[in-house]
Amino acid sequence: MNGIHDALIITKRQLLQLTRVPEVLIFTTIQPVMFVLLFRYVFGGLGVGIKGGYVQLLMPGIFVQTVAFTLAATAQGLAQDMEKGLIDRFRSLPIARSAVVFGRTLGDGLPNVVVLLVMGLTGFIVGWRPTSGALHIFLGFLMLLFFGYSLSWAGIFAGLISKDARVVANVSFLFIFPLTFLSNAFASTTSMPKALQYFAEWNPVSTMVAAARQLFGFHNTFGVTAHSLPSEHPIQTSLVYMVLIMAIFIPLSVRRYKSANSR
Amino acid sequence: MKSVVAENLVKTYRNGAVRALDDLSLDVEEGTVLSVLGPNGAGKTTLVRVLSTLLEPDSGHATVGGIDVIKNPKGVRQIIGLSGQYAAVDETLTGWDNLVMFGQLYHLSGEQAKQRATELLAQFSLTDAARRPIKTFSGGMRRRLDLAASLIIRPKVLFLDEPTTGLDPRGRMEMWGVIEGLVREGVTLLLTTQYLEEADQLADDIVVVDRGKVIARGTSDHLKDQVGGERIEIVVAEANIDVAKEIIERVTQGHATVDSGLRKISVPVLDGTQSLVAVIRSFDEAGIHALDLALKRPSLDDVFLSLTGHIAEEEVPAEPGKKKKGARS
Repeated sequence: MNGIHDALIITKRQLLQLTRVPEVLIFTTIQPVMFVLLFRYVFGGLGVGIKGGYVQLLMPGIFVQTVAFTLAATAQGLAQDMEKGLIDRFRSLPIARSAVVFGRTLGDGLPNVVVLLVMGLTGFIVGWRPTSGALHIFLGFLMLLFFGYSLSWAGIFAGLISKDARVVANVSFLFIFPLTFLSNAFASTTSMPKALQYFAEWNPVSTMVAAARQLFGFHNTFGVTAHSLPSEHPIQTSLVYMVLIMAIFIPLSVRRYKSANSR
Repeated sequence: MKSVVAENLVKTYRNGAVRALDDLSLDVEEGTVLSVLGPNGAGKTTLVRVLSTLLEPDSGHATVGGIDVIKNPKGVRQIIGLSGQYAAVDETLTGWDNLVMFGQLYHLSGEQAKQRATELLAQFSLTDAARRPIKTFSGGMRRRLDLAASLIIRPKVLFLDEPTTGLDPRGRMEMWGVIEGLVREGVTLLLTTQYLEEADQLADDIVVVDRGKVIARGTSDHLKDQVGGERIEIVVAEANIDVAKEIIERVTQGHATVDSGLRKISVPVLDGTQSLVAVIRSFDEAGIHALDLALKRPSLDDVFLSLTGHIAEEEVPAEPGKKKKGARS
């Protein structure tokens, strides 16, 4: 299939960028590692009652936050390509119209493999001990990668509609930070005001964190929605969210790309 | 045979408030170079974007190599090369990486793509810099690499949108040399420019556009005749202005204008060099020393003034969101 070939060339371009400017991957890895250390030792005392300590609750949260940042990276990268006129060039080539956007989501998703690996090892060093067995741990990481990938489609759309790479990166974080903090990622939702609890527990970030915790063998604590769908079936709910995000943003993005006006 | 045909193209922005293309028609004969000359905001970039399938016109038709740009954009993309106002390459990658990547996107095999990259880098004198990131390239080198990327499949029709805008004089001369080489190989070229000199240098035919319309078409000589040819400009000491003006008008039989601030006398002439020599001789006889003298060829401003009655305005709205970036060299 030519379309897949073309998309993979675009993905290869991004991996090649990482070898040409290795600092990018190094710093995207150092940042979450730093988060692990900061949260582990600053908020470590929060998890007094938690079996195995706060780090068990923390690691899935930080994994999810980190892969969610992919959204901003994708948005910024694509907006940059638009600014530089590179998207114009791609659009003047006889390639499938979806190749560039598919290639980019893959190119932004793959480095997360390295990032998650390094974070996982750091977590292990500071006391994170998944107890669920190799298969479940593997599935947990796979799901995290897929979560980042699906969000990167929202990033594609944001990058395509924006006019400025720096603005779109900042705007993306305006969405990502509240989503990651109004969730169960770093603190239990049970201590939040009731209205926020509803939001926090239906938040896709929370369901993904809960799903990851479950797959890594840790029990979640739930507040007002203790018997709701996301609390009873976090894995299934998260998968539905991911499919939904892609079902919305893939057609929107491909459509938008077709008439993308760089300048 | 016509390689490029545009018929009655219309493209408006902001709900019709800006008519970037206003019933524009033109054509390019196979194997020739057409220069589309006009100021910023005249619609040149919009025209190139329509012809290279990046933008659909509101109405009108266009074919490239006999293929309809609206009905079969993919077919058009297989035979065109496009190089825009800015070097559209990946700046973090090297020149080599970029050319190989674009080669593979044109569906060359890995080996073919590498071979073609080597050829093009040599052709554009970039072999030495091939393994350096584009970030370290000069403006002229970036443009040459960008042009190389548009030539990977040896396109039948090449579109160059202001290929030398923002380049320093040396970069411009180098780019002209490269483009002249391509023209000798027989590529059909549509090139946009703001510089009459550039159009003159590179093109067989020139189309002058203003506010989305074609306002004149012809060879460069033809256009210059329409504009009124050359002018002599002479700067003299303040005390000599009146005498000098008298002599100039007597020798050239033309009506001279004086810019007293600059102490400059300007007069249109038909046989430029001869008139200039005659004026200098008369000055010598009268004992007047010319501080500066020049034979000016008509500029884009002159072309515009005579064709449209208004000067080439910079502030005509450009394409939406279009950024005016300075020279990137």
